[in-house]
Amino acid sequence: MDLFLQQVISGFATGGIYACMALSVVMIYQAIHHLNFAQGEMAMFSTYIAWQLLAWGLPYWAVFPIVIAISFVGGFAVERIVFKPIENAPVLSHIVIFIALFAIFNSFAGFIWDFTIKAVPSPFGEGPLYPGAPIGTHQAGMVAVTMVVLVMLWAFFRFTRMGLAMRAAAANPDSARLVGVKVSMMTALGWGMASAIGAVAGILIAPVVFLEPNMMLSILLYGFAGAVLGGLTSPAGAVLGGFLVGIIENLAGTYIPVIGGELKLPIALFLIVAVLLIKPAGLMGRRTVQRV
Amino acid sequence: MATSEENMTGAPTMARSPSKPAAKPGDALGTITLAVLVIGAVILPFVSKNFFIFQMTQVMVYAIAILGLNLLTGINGQFSLGHGAFYAVGAYTAAILMEMQGVPYGWTIPIAGILCFVAGFLFGLPALRLEGVYLALATFALAVATPQLLKLSPFEHWTGGVQGIVIIKPDAPFGLDSVINPDQWLYFFTLVIGLFLYWLARNLVNSRTGRALMAIRDNPIAARSMGVNTAVYKATAFGISAMFTGVAGCLGAIVIQFVAPDSFTFALSVALLVGLVIGGVGWLPGALLGALFIVFIPNVAEDISKGLAGAFYGFFLIAVIYLAPKGAGGLIQAGAARVRKML
Repeated sequence: MDLFLQQVISGFATGGIYACMALSVVMIYQAIHHLNFAQGEMAMFSTYIAWQLLAWGLPYWAVFPIVIAISFVGGFAVERIVFKPIENAPVLSHIVIFIALFAIFNSFAGFIWDFTIKAVPSPFGEGPLYPGAPIGTHQAGMVAVTMVVLVMLWAFFRFTRMGLAMRAAAANPDSARLVGVKVSMMTALGWGMASAIGAVAGILIAPVVFLEPNMMLSILLYGFAGAVLGGLTSPAGAVLGGFLVGIIENLAGTYIPVIGGELKLPIALFLIVAVLLIKPAGLMGRRTVQRV
Repeated sequence: MATSEENMTGAPTMARSPSKPAAKPGDALGTITLAVLVIGAVILPFVSKNFFIFQMTQVMVYAIAILGLNLLTGINGQFSLGHGAFYAVGAYTAAILMEMQGVPYGWTIPIAGILCFVAGFLFGLPALRLEGVYLALATFALAVATPQLLKLSPFEHWTGGVQGIVIIKPDAPFGLDSVINPDQWLYFFTLVIGLFLYWLARNLVNSRTGRALMAIRDNPIAARSMGVNTAVYKATAFGISAMFTGVAGCLGAIVIQFVAPDSFTFALSVALLVGLVIGGVGWLPGALLGALFIVFIPNVAEDISKGLAGAFYGFFLIAVIYLAPKGAGGLIQAGAARVRKML
C-alpha cells in the first residue's frame, strides 16, 4: 500500500508536466480545432531561448516573462505568416505544414544550440518538499504554476471581452463575424496564447527531463493523451487528464512487468485509443453534435 | 470542426473530375507515358551504378507504401500518420520468416501482405469511430509508440530487441546470377511487384468497391443512405492500405538487409504522409513522384546545409503546399488537360 501511494504521488508530480502541455494543446484546439503536431517543438524552442537568456546572466524571474512574451509574438507570427494564406486549404495540407514546422524548429534548435544535453535550473530548488517527501519542491512548484495558468485562462475566457470574442469565434465563426469579431485575428491570438503556455510548460519541464532538441516528442504525446482524456474542449479537463495520465503511467510501469521503467509510450497510445472509443468527448469535454 | 460535407483531404471529388474522361487522346497520352516509364525503368539498372540502383529500388518500395496510403487517404478519406507501423510489421515479418524459419524471401511477401491486412483491418475497426483530427491523433500515437512496441521484452525472442535482425541478400534465381548482380535482381523483383500492385490498385479504384470508397470520402451520410455499408468498407480500406504498405515494408527489409526498432520511428510515418501529399492526394501515379521526393530531397537539403537539413526540408514542404496545393498530381493533371485540349 505504501508503494502504491508513493507511486501515485510521484505520478502526480510527473502528471504536472503533462497537464501543462495538455493545457496548451487544448488552447490551440479551441482556436483552430486542430491538434498542432509542432506544438512540442515550439515549446522546446522557447525553452532554448530561456536557456540562452539565463546563460547570458539574466535573473530567472526576468527571463520568465520575456520568454513568454517572445513565444506569444512568435506563435502569433507563425499563424499570420504561415497559416493565414492557406486558411481554406484542406486539413491534410495543414497537417503537412505542422510537420514542416516540426522539422524547421527541431533543425534550427539543433543548429543554433547543438544536440548536447543542457541543464536548466529550477526556480523552486531541487530538494524534496519536506524531508522524506515523495515530491520535490520543483514538482510542487510546477503543479502550482499549472494551476495558476489554469485559473488565469478560465478568468480570461469567462470575464474579458477578448475571451468572449475568442469563444464566439471558435464556436460560430460566421455569426461572430457578423457581430464584428475579427475571427482570423482571434485565431492568431489563440496561436500566440498556445505558444506562450507551451513556453511555460517547456521551461517547467526542462529541469526534469533536461533540454535537448528531441525532448518534446514523447511529452507531446502524453500531453495529447491528457488532453483527450480530459476532453479537448475543456482546459480544466486537460489539467485533470494530464495528472491522471501521469499517475496511470507510473502505476502501469510499477505493476505491469512487461512495461517496466523505460517503455511507457505504448500506454499513451492505449489511453488515447481507449478514450476515443469509450468516451470520445473525454471526462469533462462537451459532446459535439453535428447537424446534417 | 469540419462538417461531413467538407472534403477534408483535398482529393479531387467525383463531381469535379469524372473518373473516366471521354477524350480518347488523353487515354493514349497516359498509355504512352506509362510505356515510356516502364521501358526507362527496365533500361536503368544496366546503365547506372549499384548505389543508384539501390536508391531507385528504395524509391519503388516507398512508392508502394505511399500507394497504399493513397488508397486510404486519397480514395477513402481517412487519415493516417501511423503507416510506418504497418511498414514495420511487414519488415519484421520478412526478417523473422527468412532468418529464423528459413522461409524463401518470395513467400514472405504474400504472408506479410495477409498479416498486414489483418492488422490494418483490426486497427480500422476502432478507427471507424474516429474522424478527421481524432484519427490523425490515434495514428500519431501509433507512430510514436511503434519503436517501443517493437522493443517490448515479450517479443524480444523474435524481434531481436534493440539490435534488430540482419538479413542475407538473396541472389538472382534461375541461373540469372551470372548475368545480373543481386542489386539489379532486387530492382527488377521490386519493379514487377510494384507494377502488379499498381494494376491492382487501379482496378480497385475503378471498380464498384472503389466507387463506394470514394462516395464515403465525399459524403459519408449520402453514401450510407444509398446503401453503402460504410463500416465494412472503411475497415476494409484500412486493411488493403495496410497490406500495400506491409508488402512495401517486407520488400524494404529485404533490400536494406536489416530491421531494427529505430528504423521505424515517427519520421518514417511522416515521410510516407509527405510523399503522399507531394505526389498528389487521390492520384495513384503520384506515389512514384512522392517516393522520389522523400528519397532524394533530404539529400539535396543536406547538400545545401548539413546542420540545417531539417529546416530546408521543412521550407521545401511549405513551398510545395503554397505553390502546388494538389501536389505534383495537380500540376500534371492541369498540364495534361491543356495538352488534351490542343489535341
